[in-house]
Amino acid sequence: MTQVVKAQRHPRDRLLRSERLPHIWCPGCGIGIVMAAYADAIEASGIPPEKHVCISGIGCTGRVSGYMHLDSFHTTHGRAIAFATGLSLVRPDLEVTVISGDGDICTIGGNHLIHAARRNVDINVIMVNNFNYGMTGGQHGGTTPLGAKTYTSPYGNFENPFNIPYLVAAAGASFVARWTTLHVRQLINAIKRMMSVEGFAFIEVISPCPPTFGEFNNFPEALDMMEYFRKHSVVDHNADLSKIDIRLQGEPLVVGNFVDRRRPSYQELIQETIRRASGRGEGI
Amino acid sequence: MGALALKILREPINLALFRRPLGQVYIIPERCKECGFCWSFCPMDVLERSDQFNPNGYRYPRVKPGKENDCINCKMCSLICPELAIYTVEVS
Amino acid sequence: MSSGLPRPGVHFMMGNFACVEAAILAGCRFFAGYPITPSSEIFERACVRFPQVGGIAVEMEDEMASVAALIGASYAGAKAMTATSGPGFSLMMENIGLAFIMEAPIVIVNVQRAGPSTGIPTLIGQGDVMQARWGSHGDLETVVYAPSSVQEFFDLTIRAFNTAERLRTPVIVLADQLVGLMWEKVVIPPAEEIEIVERKVMDPRLLSTRLPFDYSADVNPMPIVGTGCRVNIDSLTHDERGYPTTSQEVSDRMLRYLLGKIRNHARELWMYKEFMTDDAEVVVVAYGSTARSALNAVKQARSRGIKAGLLQLITIWPFPSDVIERLSQRVNVLVVPEINFGQLVHPVREHAKCPVIEVNWAPGSLIEPNVIVDAVEVAAA
Repeated sequence: MTQVVKAQRHPRDRLLRSERLPHIWCPGCGIGIVMAAYADAIEASGIPPEKHVCISGIGCTGRVSGYMHLDSFHTTHGRAIAFATGLSLVRPDLEVTVISGDGDICTIGGNHLIHAARRNVDINVIMVNNFNYGMTGGQHGGTTPLGAKTYTSPYGNFENPFNIPYLVAAAGASFVARWTTLHVRQLINAIKRMMSVEGFAFIEVISPCPPTFGEFNNFPEALDMMEYFRKHSVVDHNADLSKIDIRLQGEPLVVGNFVDRRRPSYQELIQETIRRASGRGEGI
Repeated sequence: MGALALKILREPINLALFRRPLGQVYIIPERCKECGFCWSFCPMDVLERSDQFNPNGYRYPRVKPGKENDCINCKMCSLICPELAIYTVEVS
Repeated sequence: MSSGLPRPGVHFMMGNFACVEAAILAGCRFFAGYPITPSSEIFERACVRFPQVGGIAVEMEDEMASVAALIGASYAGAKAMTATSGPGFSLMMENIGLAFIMEAPIVIVNVQRAGPSTGIPTLIGQGDVMQARWGSHGDLETVVYAPSSVQEFFDLTIRAFNTAERLRTPVIVLADQLVGLMWEKVVIPPAEEIEIVERKVMDPRLLSTRLPFDYSADVNPMPIVGTGCRVNIDSLTHDERGYPTTSQEVSDRMLRYLLGKIRNHARELWMYKEFMTDDAEVVVVAYGSTARSALNAVKQARSRGIKAGLLQLITIWPFPSDVIERLSQRVNVLVVPEINFGQLVHPVREHAKCPVIEVNWAPGSLIEPNVIVDAVEVAAA
């Protein structure tokens, strides 16, 4: 090698609607990293692209579905998991992945999240957590750390955020993980693992959001946030989930594949019900 | 024990049989947004910001002078690029 | 082993049950619901009957989730339905808009009760007429059928699926507490005599030469997941490729296509019945359970020497404007009784060429025929 060579296409473009690139996300936004990791995991899954379905809600991360060259759905705010539930019940053979943001998945969509985890619906959920509503300009949400400044918490956030892995694990999910946009190889492996898990599989991906969150919270550049991940991340697959809150105050940022357990999935239980009921109807 | 022992333990015994891979960096300049992830996280410190602007006004990466043979095709830049704007291929 | 399909013949059945049997015959195999009075019998019977025919009936966490799940199920290839009442219908508005822009055929049954808000859950109302048409934000068209008997509830449920599949759009059956909970005779025809419409499905091979959204088409075939179409289905205004756009020109084209699917087919969608209108001077325009009172009222008025007639609107949206226009040119007055404080009377008045009198009554009971007779007498005088 001597110098860089200019290219027209990226090896992952076959899974992307590459004519739509560059995407809409800001410089240094982590969503693109997660999208590329999802594409890598699809390649590695051995499941052909036409058997994958990507479903998003609304928000910055909600735009992922529109860039994936798959059967893709950009739904309403917060409802992606409910949409995915209906779709995957009818076609349990498909690999259904919801990718959306923290506001979408756990704030406006929080009820759908916990109930899908409780039912152990066999879908994958990748929640990109950038601690705020980015698309609307930077307002606080269900994951914004206590004290963090946003346009709707100008004196510091006075709400306690969710500890998402703890919540989703308690609700009953089969697989729960947390990684950052710096842990790309671990993230790809976790997404690949999700695709073989029977039941509700959930990953929280911590991501920088330089212009609307970082700027007011001591991470003016995306690199500052990535550097924070590098310094403070601690991999602990057996972590006590009740103690892995994120405060962004220099405490350990615990990441890992926390939960990986076999529980009957919603789809399996429904198919069992249909087996027991079918043919019993005498008509009316 | 300590640092010296670790260094010895980490040295592959059959080091002589190993060939260090050589990577070629490809970039798609139009996609770059100059976030700096690739040159900040390249473990071999191969990349740096160039002085070339793409049509959107971002300066995309280039190989540092003197580092032309240092890319080991670890793919870190490709994994961490949010724009799918850079990747490496092993040169045989 | 039984097929699980309803037996053809004469049955004595609750309206809410007849709705489920009709859905099964129409090919519906996915139900997602949330319990609410007075529609819960639909959900309960679906939970018994759907698994017997290999279908799925699930309870969601709320009505927003129910409709979202229906659209997902619809794109997975299933005919899908839910049932609700006023408060749940309010929550569904969001995703009725989604089904409209995503062109997902789904059927929503609203067994209306007295409102507003929680209102009187156990008593009748017709207060959701305007909501069924205008409840979801932005410009959209809905198809709404209003049954007045158990038989009509059965027939219109099948028709609702057929319309939804043909036009790739959400269709609403706007029943009410009386029709839902009433037991009545219903005739179930043999399956082979029932017309069932299946949606046109996108052939993925065609996508190499055509775009998935052709806005000059009548109705585009539907890309079903897992068949290799790999099309983006977006809640954002989207172009012919399915990609989000802010182009005003594309937005205009997309909206005209979506609205046109219903507006261009309005005349085929209109269903109505006329009773004694040939020589009528006063015609009562009624829908749903109110049509039952109205028919009785018209007969009473006739017995008093008034030339009264009844126009029962079965399709209330898209509004059968021509029917009103034509009728109003040869009668003196139209009387519009509703179990609300004036909803469908507005489009009637918009299209009528003669005076229109409204009869409003919404304490949670049917309008008694004598109330309508009084109005007809006033109108005749």
